[in-house]
Amino acid sequence: MVDQDFEGSGSPQARSAGRAKFIVGGLLIVAAVVYLIVTSTQASAQYFLTVDELADRKGSDIGRDVRVSGAVIGDTVAYEPETLTLKFTVAHVPGDNSEIEAQGGLAKVLYDAVNDPGRARMEVVYIGPKPDLLRHEAQAIMTGELGEDGVFYADELLLKCPTKYEEAVPGQIEG
Amino acid sequence: MVANLGYGALIITFLVSLYGIGSAYYGARRKDHRWIASARNAMLLTFPLVTVSALSIIYLLVTNAYEVDYVASVTSNSMPLYLKVTALWGGQPGSLVFWSWLLAAFASAVTLRKWERDQEFLPWVIIVSLVTLAFFLSLSVFIENPFARLWQTSSGQIKTAMLQPMGSIPFIPADGNGLNPLLRHPGMIIHPPMLYLGFVSFVIPYAFAIAALVTGRTDDRWIRITRRWTLVAWLFLSLGLILGGRWAYDVLGWGGYWGWDPVEIAAFMPWLTGTAFLHSVMIQEKRGMLKHWNMILIILTYELVIFGTFLTRSGVLSSVHAFAQSAIGPVFFAFMGLTFVVSLSLLLRRWNELKAGTNMSSMLSREALFLLNNLLFIGILVVCFWGVIFPLISEIFTGQKVTVGPPFYERATAPLFAGLLLLMGVAPLAAWRYSTAKTLGRAMWKPFIASLVVVAFILFSGIRHWAAILGFWLCAFVAAVTLYEFWRGALARHRKSGESLPVALWHLAGRNRRRYGGYIIHLGVVLMAIGIIGIEVFQSETQGTISQGEQVTLGDYSVTFESLSVFDTADGRNVARAVVSIYKDGQFVGELYPRRDYYYESQQPMTIPGVRSTWEDDFYILLVDWQPISTAGVTFKIYHNPLVNWLWLGGFVFILGTLVAAWPDRDLQKSRIKAKSTRYAAAKA
Repeated sequence: MVDQDFEGSGSPQARSAGRAKFIVGGLLIVAAVVYLIVTSTQASAQYFLTVDELADRKGSDIGRDVRVSGAVIGDTVAYEPETLTLKFTVAHVPGDNSEIEAQGGLAKVLYDAVNDPGRARMEVVYIGPKPDLLRHEAQAIMTGELGEDGVFYADELLLKCPTKYEEAVPGQIEG
Repeated sequence: MVANLGYGALIITFLVSLYGIGSAYYGARRKDHRWIASARNAMLLTFPLVTVSALSIIYLLVTNAYEVDYVASVTSNSMPLYLKVTALWGGQPGSLVFWSWLLAAFASAVTLRKWERDQEFLPWVIIVSLVTLAFFLSLSVFIENPFARLWQTSSGQIKTAMLQPMGSIPFIPADGNGLNPLLRHPGMIIHPPMLYLGFVSFVIPYAFAIAALVTGRTDDRWIRITRRWTLVAWLFLSLGLILGGRWAYDVLGWGGYWGWDPVEIAAFMPWLTGTAFLHSVMIQEKRGMLKHWNMILIILTYELVIFGTFLTRSGVLSSVHAFAQSAIGPVFFAFMGLTFVVSLSLLLRRWNELKAGTNMSSMLSREALFLLNNLLFIGILVVCFWGVIFPLISEIFTGQKVTVGPPFYERATAPLFAGLLLLMGVAPLAAWRYSTAKTLGRAMWKPFIASLVVVAFILFSGIRHWAAILGFWLCAFVAAVTLYEFWRGALARHRKSGESLPVALWHLAGRNRRRYGGYIIHLGVVLMAIGIIGIEVFQSETQGTISQGEQVTLGDYSVTFESLSVFDTADGRNVARAVVSIYKDGQFVGELYPRRDYYYESQQPMTIPGVRSTWEDDFYILLVDWQPISTAGVTFKIYHNPLVNWLWLGGFVFILGTLVAAWPDRDLQKSRIKAKSTRYAAAKA
């Protein structure tokens, strides 16, 4: 990129030529960064969907990995250690933060989601060690693909347990 | 009672800060020293006041005062004393007070320095510090009150409030929620305060930058005053990031150290601008250039510090760092927007005064390469920022939330990091002002040949992964250049002064601490890069369910499952602990004890890996699952992480180098005093 030398002292023309060289060099770097960002975004962007939205799109080819979040239903967690196959079901939670806030915070939203049989639910399969934070009413954030059988095959599984961090003391769920 | 004391102290500090801002402003405008002195006293008063508040929280935490909501949510009866104390930063309300406490301490320390020639900066430094402090205090006083108590209303509801609501009675839970076991790790206990120390100390150089802009004293005085603050800020931030990585590696159980999680990135972004700033101020000091750029960098760093505090504490983005959502988001954005606009308009007002006297001429000169280094750091910053806000942007424009994960960051930043490594090798050899390919080549060919020899060894060892070879070559090149620099300097000194080589080396580093400290930091980066290449490129993993006496094999290693015991401990854990024998090339090398602790109180399991660490690799084994009754059928997940310990060694060298660079320069101070006295004599004559 900087393979040429340039004499600093000299005529004004030479000086402005030197400046132009710096500007071109700078633009090249900017272009390189933009190129890296654009191509990497295209290569690794994932749709962030809710369980509801994913159900609507069932059958249509989304074409790339999807990230989806849901509330873990504790009774459904099953683990086969021989194959490291983890299966569980999640219930729909809103994807939008302001919506979660409006409904009384994440802990409340998760509590409502697992106790509402009318909510859309989705089965999840994940191969790997069973995460320590996987439990009833945890929020699971999964990355993967929706199979044609309606089961979500996750490559990546993140968990959040708001109740355990700081949300509320036991019994504080307000009626 | 103590809660009221602590809350009262917070309110008073807030009012004192407001007073200090007002009187400093008035004093600066009227050039009235009495008002400025009063503002200075206000600044100094904030520290003992916030100390009262912070100690009150600690007292409440240690005495299990569960009637206070914060105490009930972050501690529990079974927690040991040190964890109760450190629970001060275990949740959002406490963290904010902790932030204010550190800021009050640092700003007070700055206020106590000898101002002499810099009197005109004093009121503005006070104003910037106090505005920042008042902002954080207002969050604690009005929104995230750590002293709010729990009350039970007549209808049985539990409410959180500072003052007793009508018709309610105090509610005191028998036990608290406790700190999440995942956070009960030494790395995690000191990681947040390190990050905070780094965040907070960056406020000081920013305050001086703003003071320079307001007063119009836009030479590099502000940079020279704050040089050491910047290094200290950077030291703590780096330490925080490294400790965070170590925590993730030890505790999160995925054999990784960095996950490109938004919260990690939030701490990484001010580090990036801070690093660029550390480099580019040298150009201003040496060549009087890049003055605008340095102002922009320190303003950006300040905003990113606020943004980082906000991200780690607001839950606006999904993250493994599951801190709660809270109402402070909009307030943070308003504050950031306001300070950003004010800073930029001050900068624009002084734009012409900040123009450099000289232009850059040679594209291979040291200053041009430093500029390139800055552009690469900013490039990485832009990648990170884009990744963090992309979900918000895509939602605004397409109505569809789209996120990017770690592959995005890895792909986009890898070439930029490689470019930075290359610069680390080239720039120290480039001359200031004027340098050509020829002069550079002459300076560089010896280390270059040395690095090629290393590459030959790597090829000989059978590695054919081209990216890894390129990476190792860069590491070898930078290491060779850096060591060569030490050697050349020591040799020249040895010839000139006749000192023995080790003594010459010692004096060399001692006389120019920033330069040679910087080189040590570069060596640390090289070691870290070796570790990162090792684990990123050559990590392998396997898993298996085996019964007693059976084996799983991974590469040269094999693991035999010996036994499993499950027992309860006195501190409320149920522990399942496996004993495995590790064999390398058929030779027994030791036993490991991967285990799973189940915390009854928080119903939280925690997986603790068994790790065998050598300079060559880490053998990292997790106990995944077991059959409850028989000791047959235990499942393990196994990682082989080559070279990962170089990452931790590199982190250590990195911090050591920063300490060398930040250490007070005795010789420099002496020469300053000398210069001053000669000036004084000249003025008298």
